[in-house]
Amino acid sequence: MSFLAQYNYWVVILLMMIGFFIVISHGNLVKKLIGLSIFQTSVFILYISMGKVRGGTAPILDEAYDVYSNPLPHVLILTAIVVGIATTAVGLSLVVRIKEAYGTIEESEIQRKDDEAC
Amino acid sequence: MATAIAIAMSRDLFASVMLTGIYSLLSACFFVVMDAVDVAFTEASVGAGISTILMLSTLTLTGQYETPSRQNTKLGFVVVTITGFLLMYGTGDMPMFGDPLAPVHQHLAPHFIHQSLGETGMPNIVTSVLASYRGFDTFGETVVIFTAGIGVLALLGLGGSPLESSPPLAAMRQHKILRVVSKVLIPPILIFALYVQFHGDYGPGGGFQAGVIFAAAIILYAMLFGLGTARQVINQTFIQVLSAVGVLLYGSVGLVSLLNGKNFLDYSALAEDALHGQHYGILLVELGVGITVTAVMVTIFFTFAGRVQTAQGGRA
Repeated sequence: MSFLAQYNYWVVILLMMIGFFIVISHGNLVKKLIGLSIFQTSVFILYISMGKVRGGTAPILDEAYDVYSNPLPHVLILTAIVVGIATTAVGLSLVVRIKEAYGTIEESEIQRKDDEAC
Repeated sequence: MATAIAIAMSRDLFASVMLTGIYSLLSACFFVVMDAVDVAFTEASVGAGISTILMLSTLTLTGQYETPSRQNTKLGFVVVTITGFLLMYGTGDMPMFGDPLAPVHQHLAPHFIHQSLGETGMPNIVTSVLASYRGFDTFGETVVIFTAGIGVLALLGLGGSPLESSPPLAAMRQHKILRVVSKVLIPPILIFALYVQFHGDYGPGGGFQAGVIFAAAIILYAMLFGLGTARQVINQTFIQVLSAVGVLLYGSVGLVSLLNGKNFLDYSALAEDALHGQHYGILLVELGVGITVTAVMVTIFFTFAGRVQTAQGGRA
């Protein structure tokens, strides 16, 4: 029973590991960024799912309800999402610059060109 | 989750970017189920809108396919499996899903839920925590976004002369249906963004979401009528100044309360009675956040699109 009651963590860990795997095993820089953003989303889901209270409702006060989900994780994640996209944009622009400097965004080829240059 | 696996599998970067969009939309739905309406709002507009567009414009610059050779696939799989199992083992001690007695819900949350209406006068707890209790933190995050905008500008420059009209993006003009539908849609999107901005105290919404939605409307316009036209409507320098104005507005609200003898960002100093002060403070601060987010998102898009345009002009 306790196994199934914690399924939210299982989902989070699976997503996190998928993102992690993409970051490790793919040489393409854009793909790595996509992997990172999946990883990021898994953390978002972890926070939000911890904020959920059984039988609770969205944290907007109203006389008809008295059980609310925890608003604090929501605030943290809300700002994290917007900051996340801003940092992803910086990452993507770095990728664009790398493409212009090396002509490729594959990690192995960049490494090879660097080795040749030495 | 199946989408995430598909992203990992697919070699076609275009497909994986599209899948990321779907994935974001799905997680937004998930957030609604988890009662986090504000978060879902943000995720839907950011993840499914802006980030997809940014990824796509990067792809036009860098090429669509990744090389089939992958390093460390086996090693990576082993590492990932081991880490995954360790983490799963660790979850054994975590509180049950939805448990009202979990430690997360014991300390600050009850205060926010029971006191925030009396202290700030806002029914939406997320907004009052965001802009008032954690005002300093949100200020920091606004500065981070602003810095990211500067970073992108510094890395990619403005690219291309803004005066030229843009033949590559203008290809969209031929799609009559798209053009008409978007023309009809853009004004409601803008109004909706304003509604989200100023209704954030009472319903889900606030500066971050409104900023992103506003930016999405401008980006839609730029995609349809060409970058040149959009830049004529919204001057690039103007939008850069705006992004600084947002941060400044936030900071100066803090300074005003400092000058009135209260703590930094203590809004009760803004009016005679504390509740009104909180109202003004949150409104102004959210406005600052909204302005900065809009301006930075539009700047980032303009910079990327300018790059794409120069690259395509160079090739032609």
